[in-house]
Amino acid sequence: MVHDAAVAKHNRLSKRHSGLREKCHTFFKRGILTKISSALVIIFILIAIFCPYLTPYTPYEQSLRNKLKPWSKEHWLGTDNLGRDVLTRVLYGARISIVTGVLSSLWAAVVGAALGLTAGYSRGFLGSFLMRLTDAHLSIPPLILVMVLAPIFGRTILGISIVIGISAIPSYVRMVYGQVLSLRENDYVTAASVIGQSNFKILLKHLLPNCIPVVIVMFTSNVSTAITIEANLAYIGIGIRPPTPAWGVMISEGYNYLVSYPHLAIAPGIMLMLLIISLNVVGDGIRDVIDPRLRGKL
Amino acid sequence: MGERILEVRNLCTSFFTHEGEVKAVNDVSFHIDEQEIVAFVGESGCGKTVTQLSLLQIVPAPPGKITGGEVFFKGRDLLQHKPNSPEMRSVRGAGIAMIFQEPMTSLNPVFTVGHQLTDIIMLHRKVGHKEAWEMGIEALRSVEIPEPEVRMRNYPFELSGGMRQRVMIAMAVYCNPDIIIADEPTTALDVTTQAQVLELLVSLVKQHRKSLIIVTHNLGVVTRYVDRIYVMYAGRIIESGSTEEIMTKPRHPYTIGLLNSVPKIEKERSEKLIPIKGAPPWLIDMDPRCTFLPRCSYACEVCETKEFPKLRRLGESDHFIACHRDIAGSITGSTTGRLDSAGRHDLGGEAHG
Amino acid sequence: MAETVRENPLLKVEQLKMYFPLTKGLLSKTYSWVKAVDGISFEIYPNETFGLVGESGCGKSTTGKCAIRVLQPTEGRVVYKGRDIAGLSKSMLKPYRRELQLIFQDPYGSLNPRQSVFSILKEAVVLDRERHTAVEANERVDELLTLVGLDPDMKSRYPHEMSGGQRQRLGIARALACNPKLVVCDEPVSALDVSIQAQIVNLFRELQAKLGLTYLFIAHDLAVVRHMADRIAIMYLGKIVEVIDSDHIFREALHPYTVALLSALPTTDYYQERKRSRIILEGEVPSPVNKPAGCAFHPRCKYATETCRQVSPGLRNVGRNHCVACHNVAV
Ligand SMILES: Nc1ncnc2c1ncn2[C@@H]1O[C@H](COP(=O)(O)OP(=O)(O)OP(=O)(O)O)[C@@H](O)[C@H]1O
Ligand SMILES: Nc1ncnc2c1ncn2[C@@H]1O[C@H](COP(=O)(O)OP(=O)(O)OP(=O)(O)O)[C@@H](O)[C@H]1O
Ligand SMILES: [Mg+2]
Ligand SMILES: [Mg+2]
Repeated sequence: MVHDAAVAKHNRLSKRHSGLREKCHTFFKRGILTKISSALVIIFILIAIFCPYLTPYTPYEQSLRNKLKPWSKEHWLGTDNLGRDVLTRVLYGARISIVTGVLSSLWAAVVGAALGLTAGYSRGFLGSFLMRLTDAHLSIPPLILVMVLAPIFGRTILGISIVIGISAIPSYVRMVYGQVLSLRENDYVTAASVIGQSNFKILLKHLLPNCIPVVIVMFTSNVSTAITIEANLAYIGIGIRPPTPAWGVMISEGYNYLVSYPHLAIAPGIMLMLLIISLNVVGDGIRDVIDPRLRGKL
Repeated sequence: MGERILEVRNLCTSFFTHEGEVKAVNDVSFHIDEQEIVAFVGESGCGKTVTQLSLLQIVPAPPGKITGGEVFFKGRDLLQHKPNSPEMRSVRGAGIAMIFQEPMTSLNPVFTVGHQLTDIIMLHRKVGHKEAWEMGIEALRSVEIPEPEVRMRNYPFELSGGMRQRVMIAMAVYCNPDIIIADEPTTALDVTTQAQVLELLVSLVKQHRKSLIIVTHNLGVVTRYVDRIYVMYAGRIIESGSTEEIMTKPRHPYTIGLLNSVPKIEKERSEKLIPIKGAPPWLIDMDPRCTFLPRCSYACEVCETKEFPKLRRLGESDHFIACHRDIAGSITGSTTGRLDSAGRHDLGGEAHG
Repeated sequence: MAETVRENPLLKVEQLKMYFPLTKGLLSKTYSWVKAVDGISFEIYPNETFGLVGESGCGKSTTGKCAIRVLQPTEGRVVYKGRDIAGLSKSMLKPYRRELQLIFQDPYGSLNPRQSVFSILKEAVVLDRERHTAVEANERVDELLTLVGLDPDMKSRYPHEMSGGQRQRLGIARALACNPKLVVCDEPVSALDVSIQAQIVNLFRELQAKLGLTYLFIAHDLAVVRHMADRIAIMYLGKIVEVIDSDHIFREALHPYTVALLSALPTTDYYQERKRSRIILEGEVPSPVNKPAGCAFHPRCKYATETCRQVSPGLRNVGRNHCVACHNVAV
C-alpha cells in the first residue's frame, strides 16, 4: 500500500540504527537492577574462570577428621560431611553451571538456527516436515525429555549439556523459522534473487545475519533455563554424578543435614538463585536493547 | 476574516537525544484568524508536525521539550499552563482538535468506531450514552460514510484508509473546536480518495465556520482551498503569505525550488525537472547561517557570512521571507522556467551527502 | 488509421492473470481468490518508457513483478525477446534473469541493513557471467556509483547512514550492475520528498538516454508518470482500462476513470487550480476478492448503463496507440 508519509516518517525516526555505545547506554539506563545483575554475572564468570586460584583446596579433597566443621579461618563456609571445603565446592559449582548452561544453549542455538533457516527457506515438503517434527518435540515437556535422555548420553558435563541442548532446540527452530518467514518478504531478498543470486547464498548473506539478533536474545534467556534444568537433574540424582561439585548435587547432599548444618544446602542454593535472577535480568536487558518487539514472545 | 484566534510567537521545541539537541521547531511565529484556512508546507522532518503538537503541548516528552515562546489562543497564553492541567485538557479537542497523519494509529484498534466516537462526544457534549450514539451516527453520516449504523459497530481495521480518515474528521468536527489541525490528512490515501476527503473536510469546516490548519508536503494538494501558506524549512518558517502570492510570486529560493521540482501537467514532457540539489540538513548543531545555504543557487557573499536571516516583510503586502537576498529582480515570467541559468543541476546533486 | 510502424516489442504480456489464494483452516483450504491481476495485455517497445498508473491495490506491483518473473503468473504469456518466460523454471530463466531488473518503492526495505554499499554492489557485480577479478569488481563498483551520482567514497557506508534519495540511487546502481535491458520501476519516487523526487526522475531519464534502457514505470502519481512515460496504461482493479500516449492524455483521455484521475490531479498553477472543477468520485474501490460483475468501474461511474453492469468491456483501439475499455466510447 502507499503510505509515503508514514514510510518517510518511519525512516526518519529509525534513521539511526543505534551503535554499540548507544546500545550500552540504553542497556544501563534500564535501572539499578540491571547494573547490579550485570556486575553479578561478570563476577560469576570470573569465579568460573579463576576458581582454582581463589582457594587453596580442591573440591574433591576429603578430610574425614574435619567433617561437618562450622566456619573457621581455614574453611570460611565450613566443611561438608566428607570434610570437603564448602566454599571451594560452591565456587567450582559456578564453573559447572555456567559451562553446562552456555555449552547446551550454544549447541542448541547452532543446530536450532540451522534447522530453522532450512525450514523457513525451503517452503516445500522439507519445511513442513521439519516444522511438524518441531511441534511434536515441543509438545513433550523438556524436563521429562531430559530425564529420559540423560542416562543415554552419560552423566558427565558434556552428556548433560547435549541432553539439555536437545530439549532447547525446538524453540530456536520456531523462532528462527518465524524470523525467516518475515525476513524473506523483505524487498532486499527479492532484489537479491532478481540479480541472480542463488538461494543458498541468499540464505547465508541476507537471512542468516538478520536472524542473529533473535538468536542472541534467545540464547541469553536460554542459558538460565539450562542452568536451572541442570541443577534440577543433579538434585533428583539423574544429572551430573555426585563427587562433581555441581550445585544441584550439593543441595541434594546438604539436604540431609538441613536442620543441623543448613549452610551446606543454603550456600549453593543462594548462588544458584543469584545467578539465575541476574542472568534473567541481563537477558531481558539485552532483549530490550536488541529488539524490544520480542518482549513477551520469549 | 474574523478575529485573530491563535497567535504563536517565537515558539521553540527541541528533542534532547544522544547525539545532541534536535531543534525541531526554531523560533516559529504565525497566526490564524477565525474562519481562515492556512497551510504548513515543507519537506519531511522539517518540523511541521512538532509545531502543531507544541500548540497542544503533546510533544512526546522526554525527549521533547518546548523551550520557549508564547501561544495565544483566544487571548490566553497556553504555554503558561502545564501540559496536564485542566485548562490544557479543555483546549485539546474542544478548543483545538487535531487529525493525525496516520489514521490507523490514531484510532484505537481494540474498540469499535462507535465506542470511540461516543466516548468523545460524551466527553465534549455532556450528553448520555444513547444520545451520543445517535449523534455518532449523525456524525458519520455528515462525513458521507454509507450505512453509518453498521459502521458504528465496525472495528477500525474493517474500514478502508479513506473511511478511517473520515471517522477522524467526524470526531474532530463533533468536538466543536474553534480550530481543526489536520496533519497530512490525506498523504496516506489515493489520489481520488484524497480529493474526496479534502473536499469533505474543507466543506465541513466552512459550514461550521471553523478555522483550519492543513499540514502537507505537497503544495499542489492544498492550493485550491487555503487562504495563506507558511513554508517551513529545517525547523523555521522561511516564507509566508497569501496563497496567491506564494504560488504565483514565490520569493524564497526554497519555495521556488519546491514549485519547480514537481512535474507540471501543462508543460512539455521533454523539459527537465529542476530539482533542489542536496538534501535537508540535520537539525543537530545547525549552522548559524542560513540553513538553506548549501542547497541554494542564489547564495552570495552576504549569505556566507551573515547569520540566519530574520523574516522580513516584502513591501506593504502580507508576504514575508527569511532570505538575505531579494531575488525578485532576477525573476520574470511565470513560476516555471526561472531557474534556467542558476538552478539547473545535473546528476550527483546529493552526492556530497 | 495512421499507426506508426513499430519494431518488435521487447516485452509482450498477453492475458496475464495473477490470483492469490485466500486460505483458512488447518489444511489451508482455499476458499476464495484475490484477483490481483485479471487478464491484462500490453507491449513494451525497446527504449521506451511504459507507464502504469492506478490506485493502491489495483495490481500495479503484481503486474510489474509478473512481467519480469519475480512472481509466476497464474495464467497468461509473458514474451520476452520472442520467448515465453511465464512458465520457465528458475534454471531455465537464468539467461534472462539479470536482464530484467526491479527498483523498489521503499528505499529502506530494499537494502539489507547489514551490508555496506560496497558489499551490496559487489554482490551484484560478481554474479556477472564474465568473472571479474577483485580489482575489476572494485572499478565497476566505482563506475556504478558515479553513474548514479553517488560519491565513490561512500563505499564503506551502511544504508542507514544515507538519506532516502541516496538509498534510492544505490538501489538503481544495484539494478544497473546487471546490465539490464528492461527495468521495472515500482513507485521509485513516491517515498521521497518532493525536492528529491525531481533528482531521481531526472536520473532515470539520463540513464535511459545513456544506457538505452527500457522502463516499466509504475506510480500512482499521474503527473510523474506523464513526465516519465511515452505511453501510459491506467489500471483499475486488476484490469487496464485505457492505454494512451502521454502527450495526448490531457486532451484525449476517454475513460471516465482516467478523466476523474486527471481532474483529481493537484497542480501548482494557482489560477488554473482555483477555477478548475473537480470530478469527485463517489464511493470506494471494490475489493479484488469479489469484484462487481460487468465493468469493474460501474458502481462509481455516472455513465453506467445496463450493459456496463453485465458485460465486462474489452480494450478497443480507438486510434493513434489509444485503447479504451469502455462500452460508452464510440470507435
Ligand atoms: N502475496 C500476496 N498474497 C495475497 N494477496 C496479495 C499478495 N500480493 C498482493 N496481493 C493483493 O493483490 C492486490 C494487488 O496488489 P499490488 O501490490 O499489486 O497493488 P498495487 O497496485 O501495487 O498497490 P500499491 O499502490 O499499494 O503498491 C492487493 O489487493 C493485494 O492485497
Ligand atoms: N520523538 C522524537 N525524538 C527525537 N526526534 C524527534 C522526535 N519526533 C520528531 N523528531 C525530530 O523532529 C524533527 C521534526 O519532526 P516532525 O515530525 O515535525 O516533521 P514533519 O515536518 O512533520 O515531517 P513529516 O512530513 O515526515 O511528517 C525531525 O527531524 C525529527 O527527527
Ligand atoms: Mg508530520
Ligand atoms: Mg505496489
